[in-house]
Amino acid sequence: MNLFTPLSWNDTGFILTGILNTVYISIVAIVIGSLLGLVVGFLRAESNKSINMLLGALLDVLRSVPLIIQLILFSTFIGVMGFPLPPFYAGAIILSLYTMAFMSEVFRSGFNSVPGSMVQAARSLGMSYFQTIWYIRVPIGMRAVFPSWLGVALSVIKDSALVSVIGYMELLRTAEQLISRTQQPLMILIGVGVFYFMISYPLSRYGKYIERKMEL
Amino acid sequence: MDNYEFHWNVVFDAFPQLLSGAYTTIHVSVLSMLIGIVIAVLLALGKMSTTKAFYHVANIWIEIARNTPALFLIYMAYFGLGAYGIHLSPYFSVLCALIFINAGYLAETFRGGFQSIPQTQYSAAKSLGMNNMKVYRYIILPQMFRRIYHPMTNQFVWSILMSSLGILVGMNELSGETQRLQSSSFRTLEFFIVAAAMYFVITKLVLFGSNLVAKKIFKGEVS
Repeated sequence: MNLFTPLSWNDTGFILTGILNTVYISIVAIVIGSLLGLVVGFLRAESNKSINMLLGALLDVLRSVPLIIQLILFSTFIGVMGFPLPPFYAGAIILSLYTMAFMSEVFRSGFNSVPGSMVQAARSLGMSYFQTIWYIRVPIGMRAVFPSWLGVALSVIKDSALVSVIGYMELLRTAEQLISRTQQPLMILIGVGVFYFMISYPLSRYGKYIERKMEL
Repeated sequence: MDNYEFHWNVVFDAFPQLLSGAYTTIHVSVLSMLIGIVIAVLLALGKMSTTKAFYHVANIWIEIARNTPALFLIYMAYFGLGAYGIHLSPYFSVLCALIFINAGYLAETFRGGFQSIPQTQYSAAKSLGMNNMKVYRYIILPQMFRRIYHPMTNQFVWSILMSSLGILVGMNELSGETQRLQSSSFRTLEFFIVAAAMYFVITKLVLFGSNLVAKKIFKGEVS
C-alpha cells in the first residue's frame, strides 16, 4: 500500500474552500432554521388543536422524507418551474426547512416548559403580552432546551454533507473529487472524518456538560 | 409550471421495481438494526466496564459513530476500505456504515436506560431473596426496555431514512432504484415525488406499528 499521496500543496486551497463551504452552509441553515423554528415552535405552543395538527402534519413531511430526496426533489422542481437556483441557495433553503422541522419541536417543548404561573406573575407585574414573550418565555424556555438545540445543530452540520448531491462544493464533495484524481481514498477520507470529528466532538461534550450542570 | 407536463404512466409501469427497492430499503434497515442492537449491548457494557482496553474501544466506536456524518462512513466503507483490498458491494458498504452508526447511538441509549434505574432497586430485589438472574429478568430489564423502546423506534426510522444515501454509491434500494429509473425515462420529478411518498408511508407505518406494539406490551403505562 502506498501511503505517499500525490496530493500537492495546491490542493490545500481546494480543500479549504470545501471546509469553508461546509461551515458556511451549516451556519446559514442553523441560523435561519432556528429563527423559523422559534416562530413555528411558538405558534405550536400557543395555538389550538386544529392549527397544531395542521402544522404538525406539514413538519412531519419534512421529517419523514429523507433529506437527500428533498434536495433532489426541490432542485428538480425549481428547474422545472423555470427559475433554477445556484446549488448553494437550493441547498440552504432545504437544509433550513429541514432544520426548522426539528428546531420547532425543540422550541415548542422549551415554551411549554415555562410554567403558566410564571407568565401570569409577569402579566400581573404589568408586562404586556409581548413583553412576557420576550423577557420571560423566550429566555427561560430557551435556556432549558439549549442542550437539545445543540444536538440538532450538530446533526445539521453532519447532514450538510448531503448538499453535495445537488452539486454544492462542500467538504465531502471536494474530497470525492480529490479521490477520483489521486486514487488515494483512505488518506483523504480520514482527513475529512477528522475535520468533522473536530467540530462535532467538542460541541457534543460541551452539550453533555451543560446538560449535567442543569440537572444539578 | 406552465410548460411542464406530468407523465405518471412511466412511474406506474415501474412501480414493481420501486416496491422491490422499498423492500431492499426495509431489508437493509432491519438488518442494520438487529446487528446494531447486538453490538450496542456489547459497547454499552464496554462503556461501563472497568477494563481499560474494552472501555476505550467502546468509547472510540461510540464517539466516531456519533460525531461524523453518515455519508462519510458510507464512503469510508465503500472507497476507504478498498485501500486495504476489501471491496464491499454498495449494499454491504451501506449496511456496514448503518450498523456502525446504529451500534454507536444505541449503545448510549442502552447505557442511559440502564443508568436511569436506581441502584436501590437492585439492592431491594436482592434483599427479597432474588438471585442476580432474577433481578435482571424481572426488575431491571423490563423497566429498561420501557425506557429505550421509543429511542429504538426513532433509531429504526432514522436508519430507513439514512439508507437513502445508498443512492450515492449505486445501491438498489428505494432511492437508488428511483435514480436508476428516472435516468432512463427523464421523469425525475414524478419518480422522486413517488419515492418521497413511499418513504413517508413506510415511516408512518413503522411509527404506527411501534405505537400499537407499545400499547400492547406496556399496557398504557409508557414512560
